[in-house]
Amino acid sequence: MKAAIVGSGNIGTDLLYKLLRSEVLEPRWMVGIDPASEGLKRAASLGLEVSVDGAEWLLCQDELPDVVFEATSAAVHRANAPRYAEAGIRAIDLTPAAVGPYVVPPVNLGDHRDAPNLNLITCGGQATIPVVYAVSRVVPVSYAEIVASVASVSAGPGTRANIDEFTRTTSHGIEAIGGAERGKAIIVLNPADPPMIMRDTIFCAIPEDADPDLITDSIARMETDIRSYVPGFRLLSEPQFDAGRVSIFVEVAGAGDFLPAYAGNLDIMTAAATKVGEEIANAAAADRHVTA
Amino acid sequence: MQLRLTDTSLRDGSHHKRHQFTVEDVRSIVAALDGAGVPVIEVTHGDGLGGSSFNYGFSLTPEQDLIKVAVETATQAKIAVLMLPGVGVKDDILVSQDNGASIVRIATHCTEADVSVQHFQLARERGLETVGFLMMAHSQPPEALAKQARIMADAGCQCVYVVDSAGALVLEQVSDRVEALVAELGDDAQVGFHGHENLGLSVANSVAAARAGAKQIDGSVRGFGAGAGNTPLEAFVGVCDKLGFETGVDFFKIVDAAEDVVRPVMPEECLLDRMALMMGYAGVYSSFLKHAYTQAQRYGVSGAQILIRAGERRLVGGQEDQLIDIALELSREKVR
Repeated sequence: MKAAIVGSGNIGTDLLYKLLRSEVLEPRWMVGIDPASEGLKRAASLGLEVSVDGAEWLLCQDELPDVVFEATSAAVHRANAPRYAEAGIRAIDLTPAAVGPYVVPPVNLGDHRDAPNLNLITCGGQATIPVVYAVSRVVPVSYAEIVASVASVSAGPGTRANIDEFTRTTSHGIEAIGGAERGKAIIVLNPADPPMIMRDTIFCAIPEDADPDLITDSIARMETDIRSYVPGFRLLSEPQFDAGRVSIFVEVAGAGDFLPAYAGNLDIMTAAATKVGEEIANAAAADRHVTA
Repeated sequence: MQLRLTDTSLRDGSHHKRHQFTVEDVRSIVAALDGAGVPVIEVTHGDGLGGSSFNYGFSLTPEQDLIKVAVETATQAKIAVLMLPGVGVKDDILVSQDNGASIVRIATHCTEADVSVQHFQLARERGLETVGFLMMAHSQPPEALAKQARIMADAGCQCVYVVDSAGALVLEQVSDRVEALVAELGDDAQVGFHGHENLGLSVANSVAAARAGAKQIDGSVRGFGAGAGNTPLEAFVGVCDKLGFETGVDFFKIVDAAEDVVRPVMPEECLLDRMALMMGYAGVYSSFLKHAYTQAQRYGVSGAQILIRAGERRLVGGQEDQLIDIALELSREKVR
């Protein structure tokens, strides 16, 4: 399946390397708006067609992608989404725009296979919402709160200019996909040098008489599922139980594709996007097989 | 020299009070401070708008209720609110304005000023007065801090504070930073200073800041704040009287307010004890203090060790969750 990456910042460039490794996705184009972009240079040297004229240029080509990965900003994706739809291009949205349904691979990957536009929430959401879900599938969660700490150098200008969108979109995801009645998200940028590896803490309000073993086991199963596509994801300790609350501490080390291993926030986002893209490609291949 | 003072006992003091302020606490403290002539009173959860959480502690009273009663009570003082991008959101600022707050103070770690741009723009569009907080200012040299101050000023911030969140700065380290900001900002924005008492220097540091050109100074009556407490505002007012700095605050009235009104609301005095000294010495965010006590008790480890390790890990404001991870790490090491 022919793929294009729109946006040549940290996320787009990290995604490039993952798509190049995919057996079912073929990255052919990468577009941005910054002529000095390191990502575009790398894409060009890896054989992709590149342009600094953004989605505009991409949509004017004779041959169009089957799927576009949007790694720009929420505002840009809101503007681009209808144009992709018009051109019959599936969109996998890595911005917090949330034009299409939220997808977190280990929770609901199969649900939206046919949606024209799928949204990946946020990096913090990809790292924490599956954990909230792991708790809420065994006990009711009246409130869940996540704290994402990321290295300053891994938070690009888009994230910085729109930090409210991170908190709002992640909070909604905690509720809609995580299964908490109410969600809250906090993000902290840490400039320590050497940079800190992404860390996330998940707090869930649970019934006082909830069975800790049931919850611990459900979280462990989820950890295994996440590690199947994000090998750097791990629990830092056993889940901690206090009166009416379980606290889960995780670390996400990146695969080091573009930025070094500390940037697990990029890795979990781009790994999830790749997983969603592959699911779409496999479903399309299966459809073709059936109709043939 | 004229200085504008902001009392933050109803915001930084929220940490010491573990966010358990009542409407009555706020009414009595605002009335006393307003009566003493304090021109600005900050009222918010300790970690800013939206701070009520598992991570930072849940508020006993919704902070907007506290802001409302502060606004109703004040006759001359302006009510300020604090917000940390990443914790609160723009809507929180708008709700606070609807409830009568007229100054919004937006705080970022001192290398991350660009996350505040959207909030300053919104605040100015809505006609709010703006203040910017560069937190943990000890961790950056003066020139780097001045560049971050420029980002805030360009976004619409009217006064950028050197915020000594860890109470780690010593005299010239304060004046060097304030001077660098004054030189960078010129007439574009004022400069302020927010001190903590963790090395016993908050009043002296505030004098150094004023002499270096700071026009706004923060304190908390009775030191009612985080860590070993904030700059005790009544002491600073007295010092200003001696030095001939005009604050517009009545020394005798604020001394009475500290003793008769504020002290009874405090769970205990803020102390310059071992834990607080560790924070000043190791450069640790003052709000971590109560959380370090809680986790030390929960996991049977040393609170001072938690704070020292927080310094080693270069934790910044907002990462209270990581203190639990440190406590777990210390307890694992103990078992070994």
